[in-house]
Amino acid sequence: MTTDAASRTIARRERASAAASVADRGPARERPRFTSRRWFRIVGGALIPLALLAAWQVVSTSGAVPVSQLPSPEMVWLAAVDLAERGLLGLYVAISTQRVFIGFAFGALFGLLAGAVVGLSRLGDVLLSPTLGAVRAVPSLAWVPLLILWFGIGEDSKVILISIGAFFPVYTIVASSLRHVDTRLLEAGRAFGLRGATLFATVQLPAVVPSVIAALRLALAQAWLFLVAAELIASSMGLGFLLSDSGNSGRIDRIFLAIILLAVLGKLSDALVGLLERWAVRRSA
Amino acid sequence: MTTAPAAPATAAPAAPVALRGVGRAFTAPDGGTRDVLRGVDLDVEAGEIVAILGPSGCGKSTLLRIVAGLDHPTSGGVAIDEAPVRPYDVRCAVGFQEPRLLPWRSIEKNVALGLPRGTARRDGRAQVARLLELVGLAEFAGHRPHEVSGGMAQRASLARALARNPEVLLLDEPFGALDALTRLKMQDLLLDVHAAEPTTVLLVTHDVDEALQLADRIVLLGSDGDAPGAGIRQTVVVPGHRPRDRGSAELAELRGRLLDGLGIDRHGAARGIQATTTIPHYPY
Ligand SMILES: Nc1ncnc2c1ncn2[C@@H]1O[C@H](COP(=O)(O)OP(=O)(O)OP(=O)(O)O)[C@@H](O)[C@H]1O
Ligand SMILES: [Mg+2]
Repeated sequence: MTTDAASRTIARRERASAAASVADRGPARERPRFTSRRWFRIVGGALIPLALLAAWQVVSTSGAVPVSQLPSPEMVWLAAVDLAERGLLGLYVAISTQRVFIGFAFGALFGLLAGAVVGLSRLGDVLLSPTLGAVRAVPSLAWVPLLILWFGIGEDSKVILISIGAFFPVYTIVASSLRHVDTRLLEAGRAFGLRGATLFATVQLPAVVPSVIAALRLALAQAWLFLVAAELIASSMGLGFLLSDSGNSGRIDRIFLAIILLAVLGKLSDALVGLLERWAVRRSA
Repeated sequence: MTTAPAAPATAAPAAPVALRGVGRAFTAPDGGTRDVLRGVDLDVEAGEIVAILGPSGCGKSTLLRIVAGLDHPTSGGVAIDEAPVRPYDVRCAVGFQEPRLLPWRSIEKNVALGLPRGTARRDGRAQVARLLELVGLAEFAGHRPHEVSGGMAQRASLARALARNPEVLLLDEPFGALDALTRLKMQDLLLDVHAAEPTTVLLVTHDVDEALQLADRIVLLGSDGDAPGAGIRQTVVVPGHRPRDRGSAELAELRGRLLDGLGIDRHGAARGIQATTTIPHYPY
């Protein structure tokens, strides 16, 4: 037992030192290690936004562009403070985020289910994919008048529209990646006695995890897109409403504010999917 | 640690395999059919090692896949222990021509995939560790398939097939990607495993020497003349008992006959060159 463990430790150490010496020697190996440092990624990613902010400040204070076209960063900040003091900023952000997440959750869930049925079963493919393909061909905004007629201008119609937006990327990608799982691996799995659920859990699911994550990313972006569409058309709250309302009243500072908030919220929610991705990658390791 | 068990968790007895008039035709791109195998009759005794030799593309893998129930014959049938082969027959274990390891699993977990269903977790772990030790991959148990070499992946694939301890072991060029030395080691390993648990083995190989070293019988697959579809051209019973002397004159003669059967010029008698050794005696 002890010698066994010891030899294993030695082997591991040897491997580690071999890896280290490769990294020492090869400059090609060294560079990605440097760029993958955490602080480097954060600073590197913040460089361009900070530069843009600085340029924005310079241009708006120089007076080259009138403030009715380009408000200064300070004006946008003050607009944010003003809205926050009246309790609207938090409300708008909260309601928009809630709509996105509920719509995304339903859309992604049904997308996963439909994608799994179509991707895994020949019968499901035959029965479902023509219909879903036809529904997918309808530009999703075309549903808006119908949804409003059926569900009114309340939450339901917005959440459903967002679900539709999130559904199709997930459904399409999951179905096609399940259909394209390496048949030789599937055959090997079956040859070693895997069937049905165990085959799915052992071969198909791990094979499609990366594309499922990519699909979720895409679906989340779609969800924000459809949120703004839904709120622009008919709503009394939310970031899309802030956009259309400010557009009507000419409050360009608030338009900037809404756009920046959408960028930040979109990026944050995308980072959540990134966490999920890291977890999934570690699980399958 | 308890001493590694020589016998695995579930010892399945070896089973005889009977191929009766097995034929396989594939549909060609132009819509017609193309015969690949035609009328293959073969009886493999329980515990026997039969090597299948034949030129590339003659249908060796196809034959093996039919025995494993991964493919179905268009005519004839295969029975293991008198019972017809079912799709993905659980009595067989296959070592594929390519390693076919799951890329997201470690080598260890890939080998564990071969364990028979219902193996107790601890027994399974011990068995996998033993097999990895045997194929020389103990140090790489935690590596992913893409982190090991092609030959190592192939050894892992062999270990996975051995882990099943099947009634019939089907190996498709299991040593194809190995260097000469590792290849000899793995041949000896296979013989050791077979001696410990005599299962029925069907082994596809390109290597005449390997076939002579490992097999009880060698089956030469190929098409005769212009008729499409390969059948058994020649069956050779290899004399003597394993392990055989790799340099024996008797095997050398058989080797020549098999090479002839494969249509390979042996650069000797066939060209009228004296078959006796031409290497001068020391000192040169
Ligand atoms: N699924 C398939 N569809 C159509 N043709 C196939 C299929 N599988 C095999 N074949 C054909 O059957 C023939 C034999 O293939 P097989 O893989 O059995 O050859 P092999 O003897 O194993 O060759 P190698 O030694 O190169 O591995 C080939 O001509 C191949 O094109
Ligand atoms: Mg082959």
